[in-house]
Amino acid sequence: MSSFLPPSERNWWSTPVGKQEIIWIGIALVWCLIMFFMMPYWHIYGKQNLSNEAYQTNAPRYQANVDAMVASYKVGEEAGMPIVRPPPGSDVYMLGRLWQWYPILELEKNQSYRLHLSSMDWNHGFSLQPVNINLQIVPGYEMVITVAPDQAGEFTVVCNEFCGIGHHLMLGKIYVKEN
Amino acid sequence: MAQFRVCPDSGFYFDRSAESLMKANAVAGAVSLLIAGILALGVILTRWQEVHLLPADMFYQVLTGHGINALIFWIIFFEMAILYFASSTLLRTRIAAPRWAWLGFALMIIGMVMNNVAVLQGNSSVMMTSYAPMQAAPHFYLGLILFAVGALIGCFVFLGTLVIAREDRTYEGSIPLVTFGALTACIIAIFTIASGAIILVPTFLWSIGYIGHIDAAMYRVIWWGMGHSSQQINVAAHVSVWYLIVGVLFNARPMSEKVSRSAFLLYILFLQLASAHHILVDPGISSEWKVFNTSYAMYLAVLASMIHGLTVPGSMEVAQRAKGYTKGMFEWLRKAPWGNPVFSGFFFSLIIFGFIGGITGVVMGTEQINLIIHNTIYVPAHFHATVAVGTTLTFMALTYLLIPVLFRRALFLPGVAKIQPYVFSAGMTLMILFMLGAGTLGVARRHWDMDFTGALLAFEYPGTAYTLMAVAGIGGVLGVLGGAMYLVVTVGSLLFGKKLDESAGLLQGFGMPLAPSSYNVEQPERLQMAPKLAVEQHGSAGFEAPGTFALALALLVCFVVYYFINWDYLSSVWPLS
Repeated sequence: MSSFLPPSERNWWSTPVGKQEIIWIGIALVWCLIMFFMMPYWHIYGKQNLSNEAYQTNAPRYQANVDAMVASYKVGEEAGMPIVRPPPGSDVYMLGRLWQWYPILELEKNQSYRLHLSSMDWNHGFSLQPVNINLQIVPGYEMVITVAPDQAGEFTVVCNEFCGIGHHLMLGKIYVKEN
Repeated sequence: MAQFRVCPDSGFYFDRSAESLMKANAVAGAVSLLIAGILALGVILTRWQEVHLLPADMFYQVLTGHGINALIFWIIFFEMAILYFASSTLLRTRIAAPRWAWLGFALMIIGMVMNNVAVLQGNSSVMMTSYAPMQAAPHFYLGLILFAVGALIGCFVFLGTLVIAREDRTYEGSIPLVTFGALTACIIAIFTIASGAIILVPTFLWSIGYIGHIDAAMYRVIWWGMGHSSQQINVAAHVSVWYLIVGVLFNARPMSEKVSRSAFLLYILFLQLASAHHILVDPGISSEWKVFNTSYAMYLAVLASMIHGLTVPGSMEVAQRAKGYTKGMFEWLRKAPWGNPVFSGFFFSLIIFGFIGGITGVVMGTEQINLIIHNTIYVPAHFHATVAVGTTLTFMALTYLLIPVLFRRALFLPGVAKIQPYVFSAGMTLMILFMLGAGTLGVARRHWDMDFTGALLAFEYPGTAYTLMAVAGIGGVLGVLGGAMYLVVTVGSLLFGKKLDESAGLLQGFGMPLAPSSYNVEQPERLQMAPKLAVEQHGSAGFEAPGTFALALALLVCFVVYYFINWDYLSSVWPLS
């Protein structure tokens, strides 16, 4: 009844708190602290962390970087899109635009690459399947992550940020080859 | 002229203007829920790949309308009714500036209609989030702005009403806990609307050509200052309603006023930059910022919810035990009124909000774990557990209380009302759990076609994903059925329910006050403080609510296990640095 009535004590603040609540608050607080410390812990000991490297950019400038990479390392074509095989350790560029991920990348297993990602127009979602790594790709910003594929095979980049009527047609590919 | 009436069943006093405002806002909320529910059917039957009902353009349009009507219009209209109830009714006072309140209501209606028209016209299928530089029609944004201004006026009317109650000394001591919770919701709402104004006003000006460029990253940061904080309004509001319901049904008193109020205070202090949860995998934002702003080093907002998770059912258990339901750990719960939709709706919402919504929310709000969850269908699964079951089902349960108390009507089809929370919860839980599973397999949210028919490159999700989405579809349809049952009962009650008072006519329910003779109280008696307990229970050596404590520990175990399962899953994906 008093949940919707004024408290029975004028000075309700100084009413003692039950043991059960105190114990629960203690347990919950410890758990909350553990959850907090897991994040810095993973930054130090975990292998899946985003770098903080990002740049402001614009569509023509980023496109020029992509085109330069395609011109240097193109090894084939699929569905009208170039397949690019950049050397391990190099800067690799992929762009999202309405409605494709460009170009197709061919990477080597267990080699690391500096993968640059940006959008030419709207927000896109870089969702690497079936690995299930998901990144937000924001126009005007170039994100750089160091990625080291540890499985070989065919991987697909699905767009998982709504980007208009062709959103569900927007796919890209990353092939990882055994070395 | 007397302007108050007293409800003979509940003893609540209603100020005539406040009563009409509550009714009008509740009805407008129900209309929004109707729209949202119909659109939900379109969404779920399209995502169920074997049915795949709607064409792509219509799907994105329907999804936009569903999100805005369900998450914004339905909930905020209903919250306005709650604010007026928690101030005017609970404090037995006249409402401040009723004309301003009506102006706010009118703006909200205009905004809602304008926004819905924009979506209906088809050139504003930009999703609820409307991420710039994707652009909607100007009246899409203007509608939202007008709605927000209207809601802001409502917030100030609420605050003004608290001031009047204090000046007129309509109550003894401090404001009740439920009003305190509503005040929390109101304060968060003001912050939320400010964030909304900061981002939507420039976006509106951009849509009509006065501003050349909206930075896409900035838009996301500030928009979520509104988008996420508005969910904290919901949490504060529905937790307040939980306290109200256990008070009304069980005469429960808070286990400790200090603990429950401090927990509400934590919501205000530690939720405000919750937009961080939405930009964990965005470029240009540092890890330090992300880690700190998702958690403030110790997750004090999560702590607040964990506290309410103990104290709400705990206060019910204490009250039930005092009535003699003391056998074993759970007699207090077994002997609860499971046939009363006010109780069952409240209790299911509590459990599903805590066990599913809460746990998944914290897990996906962890900086690195977000990598395997961001923008998958796991995300809508999470917020359906928090908002569609947590908030919406709580408001449904409250409606069953308000129909006799506020609208003075007997429930129409009480048998349907009785099972409604069961149908709705079962359907939604099924949908949520299977969508969580599909999200873990990488299925994208806001996506028309799992088959990618017509794409230049091909991709197939695993077969299991299709099965999961189909079961989610069945759950969703059941959930929509539960929602429809709610609307049949409420609208039916207002139209055909037996009148419990002399009526002012058919429209009595829809915002009209009752017949003048019902208002026979000049000024209610001053609201007294709750009676003191004969025996001080607090601080006693024993556990007052052992059953609740066991439930809380069960929650913690699920939480810990599930949290580390997700770290394990994360550790299996490609190394990134």
